[in-house]
Amino acid sequence: MALNFVISGPLRELAGNRGEVRIDRSASSLAEALPLLWAECPAFRDRVVTELGELRPHLNIFVDGENIRFLDGFSTAVRDGSEIVILPALSGG
Amino acid sequence: MPVTQHIDAKRGDVLVLVGTMKGAFILVADAARRTWELGGPYFPGSSVYAIGYDGRAGRRRLWAAASSMHWGSLLHSSDDFGRNWTNPEEATVKFPQGTGAALAQIWQIIPGRDFEPDTMYCGVEPAALFVSRDAGETWSLDEGLWNHPHRERWMPGGGGLCLHTILPDPVEPQRIRIAVSTAGMYVTEDGGANWRASNSGVRAEFLPDKHPEFGQCVHKVAQSQQRPERMFLQNHWGLYRTDDRGENWLDVANGVPSDFGFPVVIHPRDADRAWIVPLEADVFRCTPEGKLRVYRTSDAGASWEPMADGLPQHDAYETVLRDAMSVDTLAPAGVYFGTRSGKLFGSPDEGQTWTALVDGLPPIVAVKTAIVS
Repeated sequence: MALNFVISGPLRELAGNRGEVRIDRSASSLAEALPLLWAECPAFRDRVVTELGELRPHLNIFVDGENIRFLDGFSTAVRDGSEIVILPALSGG
Repeated sequence: MPVTQHIDAKRGDVLVLVGTMKGAFILVADAARRTWELGGPYFPGSSVYAIGYDGRAGRRRLWAAASSMHWGSLLHSSDDFGRNWTNPEEATVKFPQGTGAALAQIWQIIPGRDFEPDTMYCGVEPAALFVSRDAGETWSLDEGLWNHPHRERWMPGGGGLCLHTILPDPVEPQRIRIAVSTAGMYVTEDGGANWRASNSGVRAEFLPDKHPEFGQCVHKVAQSQQRPERMFLQNHWGLYRTDDRGENWLDVANGVPSDFGFPVVIHPRDADRAWIVPLEADVFRCTPEGKLRVYRTSDAGASWEPMADGLPQHDAYETVLRDAMSVDTLAPAGVYFGTRSGKLFGSPDEGQTWTALVDGLPPIVAVKTAIVS
């Protein structure tokens, strides 16, 4: 059982310059999967979610290619081998 | 990413710390303040609305709040003038569970007074005060202000509901004054447990009741370190002075082209001397007549004189924001300010003459100065 997190931007530096973090654990939803990532890479949590546990507004998370904003948010189902991509959104000025 | 230039500084040098919408910069000069070296950009791409220097207890520590649209707002510090910055694993300034709040931005970071060398203060949006008692390692929310019954009626100004000004009283240890846009000023006399509104005499032009207990849009307040009862206040319409530690405010907009503006700074030793940059109006937040003029009072606001030698006087429609002006502690005092168009000006002689220190930075939102300890 494994989950593959694909990360980018400044998160890579905080993960020892890894572009991917593989976690050999299982989860049934993103809400279960993310704490596994926080345990592996503690610096990610406050940069990805707010104090209220909400995804920061200018970030997107994709599970197996689909944006969770169009799925079930943190309740989105994950499976063995799911690819979970965390990406900054197109924004700025 | 851009290549970051670094600066070297030694005891007695002058630092000008510049926060912009795209990163931070540091300028350094010797005490003559004629030639400046520029370091940066630090945190390229992130806005830096709060920046400061802690030279107490043997420290030479820079602080900066880098705020990324994507990754949130984090405090960083540097003990080597910006060559290396901390990058905390967890956010050190954040709202406790149960408050129902999430940090939007850090607006202010200042060291405490000399008699509290490990205390620091931080003002944030949504409006709240955080305090550190271990020189910035950990921070706690001031619950007294957070739970103030007025809070539910505070309204955000154009910059958000931000706590942008923190004035720990130089003499009275338990007394701190803060300002929030738009809530006005609050003062505590018991170290932060209880707070009361303190806006007597300050106008709220945008409300039916022009003199409410609270709700004023205070833009900046400056307090004399020598005579703490003396302060100046630049309001959203209105320029004020107090001689009783803020219990009463007197209109001193005498001879200025506009009483709208953002920054105000006070002389480090002469409590009668202060500087402002008037803007035309809230509907046109630019320098009047296309002239960039600093106004200075030397008689506690009885009169103000334009200080424009070296500043552009044609087609200069500039904006100087609330934290984008600062004064150093040398004699004569140096005055510095930055514009939203990225120009940084400095005067080594209390505003008599000005020089463009840098032209072409990202929009400047914060300017602070310090003498290297």
